[in-house]
Amino acid sequence: MTVGIIGYGAFVPRRRIRLEEIAAVWGADADSYRRGLQLHEKSVPGKDEDTITMSVEAARRAFVRSGGVDPAEVGAVYVGSESHPYAVKPSGTIVGEALGINPEVHIADLEFACKAGTEGMYLAQSLVKAGEVKYALGIGADTSQGAPGDALEYSAAAGAAAFLFGADEERILAEVVATYSWTTDTPDFWRRAYMHYPRHGSRFTGEPAYFRHITNSARGIMEKAGLEPEDFAFAVFHQPNGKFPIRVGKRLGFTMEQLETGWLSPWLGNTYSGASPMGLTAILDVARPGDLILLTSFGSGAGSDSFVFRVTERLPKVQELAPLTRVQLDNDKIHVSYGEYAKLRGKIRMAE
Amino acid sequence: MISPARSWREAPQRYRLEAAKCTGCGRVCYPPRVVCPSCRGRDFEHVVLPREGNVVTHTVVRVPPQGFVEQSPLTIALVQLKDGTRLMVQMADVADPETVHAGMPVRLEFRRINSDGEAGVIYYGHKAVPA
Ligand SMILES: [Zn+2]
Repeated sequence: MTVGIIGYGAFVPRRRIRLEEIAAVWGADADSYRRGLQLHEKSVPGKDEDTITMSVEAARRAFVRSGGVDPAEVGAVYVGSESHPYAVKPSGTIVGEALGINPEVHIADLEFACKAGTEGMYLAQSLVKAGEVKYALGIGADTSQGAPGDALEYSAAAGAAAFLFGADEERILAEVVATYSWTTDTPDFWRRAYMHYPRHGSRFTGEPAYFRHITNSARGIMEKAGLEPEDFAFAVFHQPNGKFPIRVGKRLGFTMEQLETGWLSPWLGNTYSGASPMGLTAILDVARPGDLILLTSFGSGAGSDSFVFRVTERLPKVQELAPLTRVQLDNDKIHVSYGEYAKLRGKIRMAE
Repeated sequence: MISPARSWREAPQRYRLEAAKCTGCGRVCYPPRVVCPSCRGRDFEHVVLPREGNVVTHTVVRVPPQGFVEQSPLTIALVQLKDGTRLMVQMADVADPETVHAGMPVRLEFRRINSDGEAGVIYYGHKAVPA
């Protein structure tokens, strides 16, 4: 049975904060951050935007591109995030209700640092493939925070991507050709219960975490599928900053031409669970029939999920039906000051 | 502050924009009603409102009620949707309230409306954003 993406959508909040604005507050050198991390600005969620609201909007766009799938026929909803609004009460329950999917549905919230989104996609496609459900929805969304003044504050951003999976041949936009996961116990980044901000184990970030897992996962899936880097039209990797995804892509043998379409982080920041999935939506917005796409996520802790997709004849017919990811990224921006950002992100202590 | 019970009861209209259409005269009521204000009819069918419309009129609240202080100034608009239904909604993503005007195209988006402090339930619904 052929399983694939039958609908997809992204949501980018309109607010942005420029790197200079953050650097000025902490007395940091904006230029060295911009060169070092290749970041210009990042998205900022409004006071009324969270993982649930962004998931609903991204998923509505996925339904618009699905050619009229009845939400009641969706048998599974997985929301991957490390910023679920409730500690106990699944985001998916509200997302399912808002989309008209409940109550005959299996719902779970997933967490795995920045790869919770691809975990949801993996489970969704697997259940469809097993014949357990007709359609399944996998969402990656985050409104993550870095501690004030920490390096992560320059990148932690907000956004969502949603993918509807199914096996109706006439609806498939991009067929799932292969999947592969590579996971170890690596203490590169964590957040304990009741802590506001995460910590990172400095010597474990970079090489032993991001690069090692992505490289092994991407090589693993290419070997499994019998493909080489030059067989792909596009490749997208987790993007914690602007620099890492290009470096790992080139190291694996991909060219800038294959990497730039899904490379959103310089102007979006790191949307954590939404990062590589949102890059995939930007690729699906422009991909042509027959194109092969490689997606490899990374989640600290640590692991990488990989997917190979093959674009069908139907994709170009639905691309324009919902807001394109790049259009959202480049237009209608509202730039905020650090003061406003601190207020929006709850960094100011208010009167009880 | 609305109660969790009321929020739950109103989920169809708040989350999915479900309205009641009078089977007698065709009037669409949002929020849904028990008796049609036009013909006193009591039979309704469920319809889902379109999410696109235009601002009819608006007001800017600069001294908002508790729970909305961080969103000040609040822009509240009367919006006419594509099907003719009118509803009062808060506007979101308005960088400058001065730019809001009658006829302005808007879209309804799913947003957080309010929450019962840091520990209480979170209320969701729709707001109008510039289209
Ligand atoms: Zn009537």
